[in-house]
Amino acid sequence: MSLLKADDLSVRHPGGHELVRGLSFGVEPGARLGLVGESGSGKSLTALAVMGLLPAGMTAGGSVVLGGTQVVGASGRTLDQMRGRAASMVFQEPLTALDPLMRVGRQIAGPIRRRRGLRGGALRAAVMEALSEVRLPERVAEAYPHEISGGQRQRAAIAMALACEPELLIADEPTTALDVTVQAEVLALLDGLVAGRGMALLFISHDLAVVADVADRVVVLKEGSAVESGRTRDVVREPRHPYTRSLVDSAWALEGELDRLAP
Amino acid sequence: MKGRHTFAAGCVLVGLVLAMAVVSLVWLPYDPSDTTGGRLAPPGGEHLLGTDKLGRDLLTHLMVGARIALTVGAGSVLVGGVLGVAAGLLAGFATRWLDDALSAALDILIAFPTLLLAMLVVAVREASLGSAIVAIGLAMSGVVARLTRVLVKRVLAQDFITASRTSGTSWPRLVTEHVLPNIWPTLLVNLALQLGLAVLAEASLSYLGLGPPPPNASWGRLLQEAQATVLTAPIGAIAPGVLLVVLVVGVNLVADGLRDLADPTRRSSR
Repeated sequence: MSLLKADDLSVRHPGGHELVRGLSFGVEPGARLGLVGESGSGKSLTALAVMGLLPAGMTAGGSVVLGGTQVVGASGRTLDQMRGRAASMVFQEPLTALDPLMRVGRQIAGPIRRRRGLRGGALRAAVMEALSEVRLPERVAEAYPHEISGGQRQRAAIAMALACEPELLIADEPTTALDVTVQAEVLALLDGLVAGRGMALLFISHDLAVVADVADRVVVLKEGSAVESGRTRDVVREPRHPYTRSLVDSAWALEGELDRLAP
Repeated sequence: MKGRHTFAAGCVLVGLVLAMAVVSLVWLPYDPSDTTGGRLAPPGGEHLLGTDKLGRDLLTHLMVGARIALTVGAGSVLVGGVLGVAAGLLAGFATRWLDDALSAALDILIAFPTLLLAMLVVAVREASLGSAIVAIGLAMSGVVARLTRVLVKRVLAQDFITASRTSGTSWPRLVTEHVLPNIWPTLLVNLALQLGLAVLAEASLSYLGLGPPPPNASWGRLLQEAQATVLTAPIGAIAPGVLLVVLVVGVNLVADGLRDLADPTRRSSR
């Protein structure tokens, strides 16, 4: 059985306009799916719809089954119980994804306490372990988010998401806000952690090259609907839709520029 | 560090008024209704700040007034704060139509003049310390609720709320762990400002004769009584006025300092 199955998913704006249309995809346990598309193509809305966390006024249609729970139309309580266990999420901007007035350690401790019921010293030890897993020094636990670097913040956000021990990790442009060198580190870290825990990954990015690096399968979104989907290798080698082709071409063009400048 | 100095200065000013109020509970220079001092005696001599037109000691009444000012200030902030924050949280989390309904009700409450509201409360009950506290607190709750609502909406729109919810945090926990800690520094400063306004509002009520009745000599009543003799004995009007300013400025400084000390992002960027 699929861990995540979206069927004819749609997201509707309060005004009635459909921002995501007829989107279907599935993620098997331990598999990695990439969602690629330009900004405004509905990638992030799709992720939020999967979690049942659409902004106020927006409504989801169709069906999303996540970890055996139907998300579309589910009650708040059902969703609270599902979230964290079935899936958790890492966001684009780590500064705003962490509570500015709470020490990092406490923010990571929250999900651990809820999920594993740890208290006191055991909880503290678990937080330190979570920090070392994302290669952060222990002192970060006592720091506020504004006191650490962007890359460290994103590592902390990843530790928070992983602390729930989810079956599926949704990463929404997790490296876009970071410096290029830090990007590679965070990607490698994410890759290792997901593989090590046998988690499934839903990776969202506008950058086809980054998605090709981490995802086995890919869905290409344009203006709210899927224009192409398949194994990442096939899509990159033989793009069928003109939009996908332009994505692939522009990725190669940048690459070519580097080759040209190389000695 | 700026916050610490502001806080200390505020504490000194508020402490001055607080000390007057506390001392007034156990010791007063004269009995408040003692009229043996002679009419409009000048400062100095047996009466440190002189006497009023009935021969009562001014310092005695200022000390009793400090007690009343602090009681009204703290009481109405308690009433207004509890009602306002509760209504604001409700509106902030509410769905569209409930939010609209609450906002409309709050707008009406805010648009209603405080003094008119106070007169209504006094008409229904009676002119007393309690009535003044209820009236000022009620009027204050509208402003506090409006502010709370906006602050809550702003915090709820942030990514870290979504991030926290993706890990399965329930609504009550969200309020206590993320929403309240993020809005209280701003709320606190506003409540302190409101405390200052409440003291002023009580002075206005007393000035109009709607405040606590005699023998509760509030600063507002002292101002009113000194009105007729302000040219012959200005100290009677100046002293309560100065104390009002001291308390209001002091409370605002304390709130400013508290915010700077409480906010970790301000604390480290000194």
